[in-house]
Amino acid sequence: MSDGEPLVRWGWIADHAGELADYTGVHLRLGLLPVLFGLIVSVPLGILCHRWRWLYAPVLTVANILYSIPSLALFMIFVRYTGLTERTVMIPLTLYTLSVLVPNVVDGLASVPEPVRLAATAMGFGTARRVVQVELPIAVPVVIAGVRVAAVSSISLVAVGQLIGQGGLGYYITRGLQLDFPTPIVTAIALIMLLALATDALLVLAQRLLTPWSRNKVRVA
Amino acid sequence: MNDFLNQIRLVGDWLTSSQQWHGDEGIPRRLLEHLTYSGLSLLFAALIGLTLGLLVGHTGRGAFAVASVVNLARAIPTFGLVVLVVTLAGLSTTPVLVALIALAVPPILINTFEGVRGVDPATRDAARGVGMTEWEVLVRVEVPMALPLILLGLRVAAIQVVATATVAAYPGLGGLGRFIVDGLSRNDYELVIGGSAVVVALALIVQVAFTALRRLIVSPGLRVSAAKS
Repeated sequence: MSDGEPLVRWGWIADHAGELADYTGVHLRLGLLPVLFGLIVSVPLGILCHRWRWLYAPVLTVANILYSIPSLALFMIFVRYTGLTERTVMIPLTLYTLSVLVPNVVDGLASVPEPVRLAATAMGFGTARRVVQVELPIAVPVVIAGVRVAAVSSISLVAVGQLIGQGGLGYYITRGLQLDFPTPIVTAIALIMLLALATDALLVLAQRLLTPWSRNKVRVA
Repeated sequence: MNDFLNQIRLVGDWLTSSQQWHGDEGIPRRLLEHLTYSGLSLLFAALIGLTLGLLVGHTGRGAFAVASVVNLARAIPTFGLVVLVVTLAGLSTTPVLVALIALAVPPILINTFEGVRGVDPATRDAARGVGMTEWEVLVRVEVPMALPLILLGLRVAAIQVVATATVAAYPGLGGLGRFIVDGLSRNDYELVIGGSAVVVALALIVQVAFTALRRLIVSPGLRVSAAKS
């Protein structure tokens, strides 16, 4: 960085406000859709793992191995099949969420007290109905604890996608490095953190609304 | 499918060619850089995370502050932080270490804190009742009981650090990410996958090492509950 260059040039931010808003929108889509897809995969997978315990260890091992593949590399593997598109960023991010979401769905279901399960059965609930109407709602706090971790890390990982040209606000991180100009980098980091924390706060709120009976008893894993 | 098998064969060739195992650009040199970054940042992160986690977990004070700091730190984009510190301070090991420490502290801190706080208050009181000092309660009761969770936190941190240290290569700081970034710019697929394969192998070794460590140092009386976490 050249001497005398301030960390943030506020004028630059004002000049680029519209463009920044567009990239912020893209960033949110790239970060949050994978969490949604991850949840759609994890809930049934977690239910199966809870029902057949022998399934849990292999599923978790695969999820953990996927998680240990650097995002940079996983993006590249998918470029070959999906090209330089948003899908190439979203598929790996979806795979990453599984290592947090599947265990939390399983733990959430395990947190359902046995008497509750028995009571539902005694009232004539079939297995499917009991899982959907009784067990999943009780598992919500633990599941959301996982969703919070997945959403926050997904949003901050999107930026790496810029290396294949699809990184949302990550655009300003590589741009700043090329121009040796810190303002875009600082702005991008600040906006990414803001998005992550706002999403986290909304999820806490959603959990309160979804589980009015369990206020103040949840612990974040 | 044939294409896929072909890829695997090419990567195998790359990994076993002797050229990859010698010289300044070879795997051993990059591995050493990668291990230096990962090891140093884990060490610092463990010092910070364990100290704070034990302190807050034992005293019960500052729980809210810990949760907030962990949330905030999780939201930091590691890639952005590396690039920012390089832009501000120039090329050196510092940017990588700063970013990786920020990445590794949250899981260590939150698991240590939850582990110590989760110890049954009756057990804690019993320890005080038999005349243990606060320090002894912490070291001889709380830490051993929290060990499964503490190790889980360290393992998550270690795997994240090993996988993420690859971003160091983007601004030109070496490590195993070098192969991935070079492969990316040259459109050399084998290089990308070969480099990632080494990183994944490293992450798996970390995973196995922690499983072994847990067998070794977690009290047998806690094994049943440890298996669940």
